[in-house]
Amino acid sequence: MQSLVIVAHGSHLNPESSAPTYDHADTIRATGAFDEVRTGFWKEEPHFREVLRTVEGDEVYVVPLFISEGYFTEQVIPRELRLAGWDVSEWDSDGLSADQATLVAEDIDKEVHYCGPVGTHRAMTDVIVRRAESVTNDADVGDGFGLAVVGHGTERNENSAKAIEYHADRIAERDRFDEVKPLYMDEDPEVDDLPEHFESDDVVLVPLFIADGYHTQEDIPEDVGLCEDHTEGYDVPETVDGTRIWYAGAVGTEPLMADVVLERADDAGADLGTALDDVRETTRVATGD
Amino acid sequence: MSDPTSAEADAADDGSEDAGSEPDAPEIDLPSEAFDAVLDALADREPGEPVRFEGFSVARGADEDDEDAPVEDAPGEYVLADGDRPVGLSERELHEALSERAAAVTDWYTFERVVGEFGPRRAFLRWIEDADGDTVATRYAALAEGIERAWGELKITATVTDRGERRYDVRHADDAGVPVDDLDAYDDPLNARDLVTFDEQGRYRPLKTAPSLAGGWVFPDLGPRDLYEAVETIYPATVANWHREREGELDVTHWRETMERQAGIYGVVKTWDRGEGYEHVNWVAEACCDDSQCLKRREWQYDDETDLDVDGGDGAFPCREPCSVVVSAARKWTRLESEQPRTYEFDLTPSEKEQVEDIIDAVADGRTDEIREADTKEGANRYRARFLRAKLFDDEGNLGGVPTESAEE
Ligand code: SF4
Repeated sequence: MQSLVIVAHGSHLNPESSAPTYDHADTIRATGAFDEVRTGFWKEEPHFREVLRTVEGDEVYVVPLFISEGYFTEQVIPRELRLAGWDVSEWDSDGLSADQATLVAEDIDKEVHYCGPVGTHRAMTDVIVRRAESVTNDADVGDGFGLAVVGHGTERNENSAKAIEYHADRIAERDRFDEVKPLYMDEDPEVDDLPEHFESDDVVLVPLFIADGYHTQEDIPEDVGLCEDHTEGYDVPETVDGTRIWYAGAVGTEPLMADVVLERADDAGADLGTALDDVRETTRVATGD
Repeated sequence: MSDPTSAEADAADDGSEDAGSEPDAPEIDLPSEAFDAVLDALADREPGEPVRFEGFSVARGADEDDEDAPVEDAPGEYVLADGDRPVGLSERELHEALSERAAAVTDWYTFERVVGEFGPRRAFLRWIEDADGDTVATRYAALAEGIERAWGELKITATVTDRGERRYDVRHADDAGVPVDDLDAYDDPLNARDLVTFDEQGRYRPLKTAPSLAGGWVFPDLGPRDLYEAVETIYPATVANWHREREGELDVTHWRETMERQAGIYGVVKTWDRGEGYEHVNWVAEACCDDSQCLKRREWQYDDETDLDVDGGDGAFPCREPCSVVVSAARKWTRLESEQPRTYEFDLTPSEKEQVEDIIDAVADGRTDEIREADTKEGANRYRARFLRAKLFDDEGNLGGVPTESAEE
């Protein structure tokens, strides 16, 4: 019996935080690739500490719904899941290449496959592009458009900037958008000066966050100048200093994220049947409406 | 053990009222999937190795040497033993015999095939109908009436169909007796996620076991597995922990150990324990874990050797370690409690002092919404509080005009 456990941050204050986790779990459940799909949280329930005891299967894949490698994926989750003998060297990662480690979870005395975070997977690049398609409602968006991939800088976590650059570079290589730039919230090049960094009249701004919350709904819109105060709201697109900014909100809410969760489990050896194709198909941007 | 089953079958047959102390069990039709499951179970076993039901067992005939070609309707293909002399039966006769004992067979089918082995699910569903205590006949009679169980704020009503299938109605206990048509009805247990997100007033519920579950909904007709999923969605991991506790295997992690484990921004909570007693943890438990705040029964203590002085509550399901809400609050209290007390001087009338106490009580008990606008007898009444503020606060919001920080700082 094959089980998927999606672990995410969650929130004591914001119900939106866990919404993408539940949505992607539902998408994957619908594929039937796993006998069960469970969710566990740091700030909601079941907690990381107790989620594994709710799992029935014997082939267990744990996929962190986090953007980058760092404190949560390297320390908090392995500690709270009680992965015996965990050491970050198990992943042998340069900050982007964590794939999986198979370890005994002491809570259930069973081996689990602990996967790298979704945010650093190569398939995440497609989700960022898909997010740009969704927000512009144009499955071919690119021509005449710039794309800004935005996240925390190195200040909070060195690997967070790495993930942003990684995906920005990969998208740039595809020659689809006129310009692709990584921008940061707490260092240069700063998202506050977005129009200065782009020549295109239209720029899609995709924040590399798992869920909508303070950063994506208050911080970034205000910093970028989409609105004075987030409570006023803003249009999509909104013109700031002559640049039309298409603000996409957290990339993690894009339905195609479910694909990255599956890719992680797939890399760790899960038997997925046709689930990967199914999810790519069912989460497509509708064309022509 | 063998008597109740046959007594029940007879009672059901002639519909007589003189079944004595044995309750009236409903008549059960043996569904073909249950019969097929018995045949499959027998096929998986060696001849002579029985499938056990309450009051009897069935095995494949031990004489049947040629396993590959069991002859249809051969006498002695199966052997039924019910305390009397074992009898050999053909498949058709076995069907008849099992139909007569349909209650016991469907009970076996429910737990062995529908519910399955997974410990927490199985234990929970058996607990609901006291399957480890009562006989099939007693249970089926009780299920026919409806067995009610409480789980946190939930009311679960278990019933049985005339095919021996369990059905469950789950709703808020406050909605007991409300017709299903008057409630929002759901059938997918995952819908429960949306029912637990906000309280009656639309406020986000960070703690799923807080006694603030909103009502107005019902899962009127769940099967056993879906019941378990619904309950685990509404109160995550409560069944798993309750099960471990029943097995004597609940892994309690006490306060000290939990705080020691914290790192990052929560690492500071370690410093709150100074080896000078645990009164602060009593206060935390009283603030957060009281039954009025959380339906889990707190089993964690200060440490292995030191119990807290506060009652852990009466909840059905245990709390095995301080939760993330408590750890987050503890982080705040660690900072606040590192301050030294100092003496402030205010002049309050006796009623004003009592009013301050009333306000703290009303907020702590979550009663502010209940205090009527014109009820100025209540110290925490809004007009009373505004009057106090108008009278006692200076322009900076300082109580009694006394600054929080003294001038030298
Ligand atoms: S720590 Fe207290 S508040 Fe938290 S779940 Fe346990 S009993 Fe409830």
